[in-house]
Amino acid sequence: MASEPRGRVQIDPNECKGCGLCIDACPPHCLVFTEELSPYGVHPAHYLGSGCTGCGICFYVCPEPGAIVVYRLSPPPKVISTTEASRAATL
Amino acid sequence: MAEYEVVHSKSPVFYPIYERKADLKHQTHYCPGCGHGVVHKLIAETIADLDLQDRTIFVSPVGCSVFAYYYFDVGNVQAAHGRASAVATALKRACPESIVIAYQGDGDLAAIGTAEIVHAANRGENITVFFINNAIYGMTGGQMAPTTLVGQTTTTTPWGRRPVNEGYPLRVCELLATLEAPVYIERVALSDNKNIMRARRAIRKAIELQRDGAGFSLVEILSPCPTIWKMTPTEARDWVAENMIRNFPLGVFRDRRLAMPGNGGPPQRSVAEVLGLTSPSLGTEAPAAATPTDTREWKMKIAGFGGQGVLLLGQILAEMGMREGKEVSWLPSYGPEMRSGSAHCHVCLSSQRIGSPLIEHPNVLVAMNEISLRKFAPSVTPGGLILYNRRTVPADLGVSNVRLLPIPAAELADQLGAAKVGNIVMLGALLELTGALSFATAEAVLQATVKNPDLLALDLRALQAGRDWARQLPREVR
Repeated sequence: MASEPRGRVQIDPNECKGCGLCIDACPPHCLVFTEELSPYGVHPAHYLGSGCTGCGICFYVCPEPGAIVVYRLSPPPKVISTTEASRAATL
Repeated sequence: MAEYEVVHSKSPVFYPIYERKADLKHQTHYCPGCGHGVVHKLIAETIADLDLQDRTIFVSPVGCSVFAYYYFDVGNVQAAHGRASAVATALKRACPESIVIAYQGDGDLAAIGTAEIVHAANRGENITVFFINNAIYGMTGGQMAPTTLVGQTTTTTPWGRRPVNEGYPLRVCELLATLEAPVYIERVALSDNKNIMRARRAIRKAIELQRDGAGFSLVEILSPCPTIWKMTPTEARDWVAENMIRNFPLGVFRDRRLAMPGNGGPPQRSVAEVLGLTSPSLGTEAPAAATPTDTREWKMKIAGFGGQGVLLLGQILAEMGMREGKEVSWLPSYGPEMRSGSAHCHVCLSSQRIGSPLIEHPNVLVAMNEISLRKFAPSVTPGGLILYNRRTVPADLGVSNVRLLPIPAAELADQLGAAKVGNIVMLGALLELTGALSFATAEAVLQATVKNPDLLALDLRALQAGRDWARQLPREVR
């Protein structure tokens, strides 16, 4: 579980115009251009699948309103509910 | 199992799809790497975070961002070139509770709109202006802008901008920071991650200041234009960092709260007081009861030469309507000539709110001369009324389905002593024939507006003369 990435990023290949600003801006360098062309004739950016910290920089440098969705690992719940505790016990 | 939650996604302040074109409704029309999209997102995020979506009015400029109203799901107005800050002024003054954002480029704000931005800032209007500076005209294909850098090549400075010929780049923040009234002026840049996050804070602060009623704020955003600069998006971003920031230093140029001196100011009076509608001497303390059953909507066009009292007749009708508790509008249209030029006005009288003061198809036309009769008679609605300022109507006029009545108003007025009261003769005939408003109101308005007692007496006789003339018309033509 320690290797679980802190964040995750999802790039819509239909909205991405392939400008590459997110790739350039990404601090952990976990975004690259795809090999394939999108239906709009560009190489959209995509997430390598690991290394994302959920910092959100790619979202802010991207000019498209809806191309990028950034996820972040939820903080662990402070109080473990009884159902979760019992489920954890059975695992 | 790890749970991920969304921390950044498309703002609800953007429309889900953009209806501008038949296809590509999910993308903006901006080029790859354009700064507009980034600024749009920062503004949308702030509006959503501050819960201002239902109060915001966004004023789009002319330029690439002319279509911003296809993206922002807020109130939208698109202003004439350069006039966004003037339009924003009007919106803010008319709707003080709204958050008014003017979004302008450098060609818009710093060239054709220089006067508007300087005066809006100088008046300290409580609006927020986002000034997108990319040092070039983007939409029109790369002409020199006021903010083009010295030496920068554009289509109109093919050998680079030379100060000896084109002057120096205009520094808007520095210019506006010489004024007293602005409360917040900052220049930021979309040059790198850190500066984009600074821009985010500046945009948020500017909108918060307006929300708090602080006054005028402007954020200049140095923004890349990869297509017109003929660079890749990353090269363009670096060019902002290396060249634009050197010429347009970043920073806060003004950040202070300003309490405008009140100086007492003029006494605040209600509109009714200003118009003299509450003066007991006029006998019109309360608006004369509008007949509740009279729901007729009058769309009157009064046309003639300047000097015939065409506009005044419209004003009198509008004021009469107000006194009778109707919704009214009066819209004048006239040429530069004060006398003998063509003039007309539109008067709406209604029991309902009036959507537009412009009348395309009047149901009453007062034509004070033949030119106006020929020009406007065909536009009168079927069943409408035309009053023509002659004893006879031209035989070849060829209008049907309307009541066309010749009223020799100028001639009757001349017999009374002054042809200039022909408009009041016409008013008397109009009231008698339409019953739109009462004679008592007409007399009250004349008494309130005509100061000269001789002229007032003449006007009252003219009103009666018009009324008498209309009454003696045979029943079948009335």
